Amino acid sequence: MSLLELKNVTQRFGGVVAVNDVSMTVEEGEVFALVGPNGAGKSTVFNLLSRFYTPAEGTIRFNGHDVLALAPDQVPDLGIARTFQNIELFENSTVLYNLLIGRHRHRTSNMFTDLIFTPGVRAAEKEHREAVEEVIDFLDLQAYRDKMIAGLPYGVRKVVELGRALATKPKLLLLDEPASGLSVEETQDMAFWIEDIQKQMGITVLMVEHDMGLVSAVSTRVMALAEGAELATGTAVEVQSHPAVIEAYLGTSGIQKAGHQPNKKKDNAA
Amino acid sequence: MRFVFKTSYDADINWFKHKYQAFWYVLLLAIMLAAPLFIGSYFIGEFALVLIFSVAAMGLMLLTGHTGLPSLGHAAFMAMGCFANVLMLNAGIPWLIAFPLSGIIAGLAGTLIMLPVLRLHGVYLALATLALSILIADIVVLAEPWTGGVAGMIVPPISLFGQEIDRFGTPFLFYYVCLAVTVLVVMLYRNLLRSPLGRSFLAIRDSEVSAQAMGIHLAQTKARSLFLSATFAGLAGALFGHSAGYVNSETFDLVLSINLLIMIVIGGLGFMHGAFLGAVVYTVIPLALAIFRTFLQTAFDININIPGMEAGIFAGILIIMLLFEPMGLYGVWLKLRTYFELFPFYRKDMFKRQKSYLKTERVQ
Ligand SMILES: Nc1ncnc2c1ncn2[C@@H]1O[C@H](COP(=O)(O)OP(=O)(O)OP(=O)(O)O)[C@@H](O)[C@H]1O
Ligand SMILES: [Mg+2]
Repeated sequence: MSLLELKNVTQRFGGVVAVNDVSMTVEEGEVFALVGPNGAGKSTVFNLLSRFYTPAEGTIRFNGHDVLALAPDQVPDLGIARTFQNIELFENSTVLYNLLIGRHRHRTSNMFTDLIFTPGVRAAEKEHREAVEEVIDFLDLQAYRDKMIAGLPYGVRKVVELGRALATKPKLLLLDEPASGLSVEETQDMAFWIEDIQKQMGITVLMVEHDMGLVSAVSTRVMALAEGAELATGTAVEVQSHPAVIEAYLGTSGIQKAGHQPNKKKDNAA
Repeated sequence: MRFVFKTSYDADINWFKHKYQAFWYVLLLAIMLAAPLFIGSYFIGEFALVLIFSVAAMGLMLLTGHTGLPSLGHAAFMAMGCFANVLMLNAGIPWLIAFPLSGIIAGLAGTLIMLPVLRLHGVYLALATLALSILIADIVVLAEPWTGGVAGMIVPPISLFGQEIDRFGTPFLFYYVCLAVTVLVVMLYRNLLRSPLGRSFLAIRDSEVSAQAMGIHLAQTKARSLFLSATFAGLAGALFGHSAGYVNSETFDLVLSINLLIMIVIGGLGFMHGAFLGAVVYTVIPLALAIFRTFLQTAFDININIPGMEAGIFAGILIIMLLFEPMGLYGVWLKLRTYFELFPFYRKDMFKRQKSYLKTERVQ
């Protein structure tokens, strides 16, 4: 049985069909990449998985559970963690605090024990802290542990967001454009981390990414979307050479350069 | 500059980060405990008021400063606590039971009343809670059989271990009761901030979308914050009743709600210390003005008596804070401390935030 299974999922926003009858499966241990031009519906797939939207049609199953039967705050309990395309951190808290919030689903205390701070709560806090320190070591965030998010550079924020997702100890990690806005070196670090996450931590990764270099380097399978519909699924090479994919990118100067587009779009929006 | 070497995670979990910090807070507590030795019964009454307002402000700080939900309804929660306390005392329930219960009653009632509007944000939530503050005077009048309505009711003294305690008869003992309650609330608050529930409050304040993605139930968590917030306010209300000796439909009015909000903004939103600093400023202004007035009158025979001057000065401080120091008085203190710790290497832009990144409303 696949870890994640989407069947005929359709999501509409008014007249726009953001996701059009999409079916896909992600197997355990995979790094599965979603690619496609701007507005293809990639982030919408993530938001459907997070239960921020309810699809008009289709089913989503994860690890034997019906995801659509859950509320957004129950999704992490299944072991699904995510990052956001437009970094959504807890701005006015420290890096450490952000990562500790990632441990929320592992809490064992309730309001009363928290108020009294029983020895049990203290012991649990130490465990949370140990788990978070592992993430900090893994991502080399030691220097930023006690820094406020509000003052951090963009690249570090991206790493903190990845760390926060890892702190939840997920089975499936959703990464929405992990390399967008990063320098070449930072992108390389990201590639190594994703490999380690898959190989050493045994976490399945589903990511959206425009940088085909990164996609080719880390992904086991790739699915190309355009205007909400699936174009092709296969290895990075297969998908890149697929006629429908090339056609979808025509006029946007080819798939290799597509990586720079989200930033361009944001600049325009600003 | 002081370097602290942390040797275990406990250092970050404990109340105090290191023993220097513990020293200052223990010293502060010692001074507060010894205060009755140095000051007279009038000023100790004012000290008690500062503590009472601190407790109320901590209640509001929890909801507004730490959960990001503004409220202009906290005077109403104080009223609930106060009247519940008086009713229970009059029914013969011992203070040691009636007092904590009055807080819990205010907490539960506040949560039930506010639950429907907790989905609102920012100014809309403030407006909805404003309605509660406006209504509370009418509710007290309507509930006349229990509250005494416009005529009001006398608040019985605190009876503790066979000792009658009230603000005028035994001002020092009353001060100690207020101090004990304040210390208790501070401890609960601190515990909260270092445990999962407190963290989920901060998460909701900074990003509801992310909080949900981390598994935080928004409505439940907000309701908990509101419950604790209204409970603290209710306890403060009960103490305030004891301090005033007499309460009626106008004791807990909209102005008090607004003043509480101003207190926490002046003190520093999002910092527990801010609640205290705000309460001090709020209590000291009228006191300082009164002293200044008497001084002018006796020394120079000048009589200034401008109505609303206290409120004017309070509002003036608020405007100055909003313009120049969004982190409030606590922010001023943080900067001063850093200045002296780093002297002479402090840079003016040290606390400036880096540019913030473009954010759209759409979840991406
Ligand atoms: N909340 C929403 N309301 C209305 N329309 C939306 C909403 N979210 C997405 N859309 C629309 O759905 C389509 C797909 O958007 P989505 O964000 O999923 O694209 P994407 O593939 O992530 O693109 P990008 O590479 O730019 O991030 C777009 O046309 C977008 O305008
Ligand atoms: Mg997107």
